[in-house]
Amino acid sequence: MKAILFYIFSVLILACGIFTVTSRKIYRAAIFLLLTVVSVAALYFLMEYTFLGVVQLVIYAGGIVVLILFAVLLTHDSGSLLPPLGVKRTVATFALTGTGLTVFLYTILGRKVEPGSGEFNEPSVKMIGGQLLDLYNFGFVLPFEAISILLLAAMVGCIVLAMKFSKTMN
Amino acid sequence: MIITALIIAISVITLFAVLGLVLVYMERKVAAFMQIRLGPMRVGPWGIAQTLADTVKLISKEDIIPNGADKFLFNLAPLMVTVIATLALAPLPFSDKWIIWDSNVGVFYVAAISSLTVISILTGGWASNNKYSLIGAMRSGAQIVSYELSVGLSLVAMVLLSGSLSFSDIVMTQQDAWWIFKGHLPAWIAFMVFIIASTAELNRNPFDLPEAESELTAGFHTEYSGMKFALFMLSEYINMFIVSAVAATLFLGGWMPLHFGQDNFFNHIMDYIPPLVWFAGKVFFIIFLIMWFRWTFPRLRIDQLLTLEWKYLLPISLINVLAAAWITVTGWHF
Repeated sequence: MKAILFYIFSVLILACGIFTVTSRKIYRAAIFLLLTVVSVAALYFLMEYTFLGVVQLVIYAGGIVVLILFAVLLTHDSGSLLPPLGVKRTVATFALTGTGLTVFLYTILGRKVEPGSGEFNEPSVKMIGGQLLDLYNFGFVLPFEAISILLLAAMVGCIVLAMKFSKTMN
Repeated sequence: MIITALIIAISVITLFAVLGLVLVYMERKVAAFMQIRLGPMRVGPWGIAQTLADTVKLISKEDIIPNGADKFLFNLAPLMVTVIATLALAPLPFSDKWIIWDSNVGVFYVAAISSLTVISILTGGWASNNKYSLIGAMRSGAQIVSYELSVGLSLVAMVLLSGSLSFSDIVMTQQDAWWIFKGHLPAWIAFMVFIIASTAELNRNPFDLPEAESELTAGFHTEYSGMKFALFMLSEYINMFIVSAVAATLFLGGWMPLHFGQDNFFNHIMDYIPPLVWFAGKVFFIIFLIMWFRWTFPRLRIDQLLTLEWKYLLPISLINVLAAAWITVTGWHF
């Protein structure tokens, strides 16, 4: 049962991923991206790592794809077909992705992967939260704070961009 | 395992059909009584078969796809909205034994899934190739994305108080009293913010700008007809049920009977009413509350809508999270 579901979702990820880059309608490409992202989340759920699956849904599906869709809706020519790829671009794309695939396959095929032993214990949300704000024991408090400053800067930037200055101020 | 899955699938589909029939009938009757009318009275006694007749009508209608529409996305949108509504139903405990998926991150999961609804609305509006649909979809998107924050923060406040993300654990923490009684001010504020913001997320009156009839004909589902339109309507009602079920579970104790303190006479009497009845009663009470709004408040303007969220609800709920954290740390709740 799990194996069947795994293969169904893997095929979905691969197929939707290919459709994302080959679709000539930008809105459809975004929707295929959504399906890819949701299928990846489904794989996490299948592995019983539910927290990571939900995070994937919140950040990628609920956040990034919605942002992309808004950007598409606000652009002028979102309904028309994208221009087809020229020969140069096709060759360059294949070369780049081919290199990536080769490096990836070379790395994992050379190694012997042992199947995991025992049960997988999902870390509880409390543990994740504790580790995130831990000063000692290899905690992640510095990245956490760095990201919070970055987000604060981004928010201030948004407000400045959206503010209407009166002409006397300029 | 496959048989369990099949049983769950059949019961969920049955629940959807029954909920759709009951809630549409309830909405029309509530609306009618609020306006001193009788509402549907012709089909069956007191018109109880009216929504059944409407369903037959919707099924037999012609399914029209506009020429300029993106056919694939146009057909995908109603399917997506229904699938998302189904997924959000999974971690909700209907009674002490009836729960599809007892997840340890249930609250987080429901918040994540309900943030996907906006995608199907945007898709339906864009694929229709109609300016009213597009404007409706954009308004809906802006509205849902903004109000999601307040919904999320009021959920965070309740998660802080109960100390768990799992719905069944949260119900068990309310054994001595429901959170609305023992959570003090943070729980009351979170409850009010949650109800207001989720009414906005459902695109219901007084926040129904995305489908404002007088301005946009019907917003994002203007071009939909027959069963596809029915799927949009159905999932709107299912989402209303889910929001009410989440509110009932977090604030009003879910299936937990009305208890005060530990193991006294009053609690034992309350235990005679089965959990499922408690759950359904609370959920339908909140649904009635949301329907009540529709016939009480006039529609907001778009600037008033955004002001309400960004200048009032969001700061209030941010401070409320702080207050909830303070109360949890000091242990002032019972």
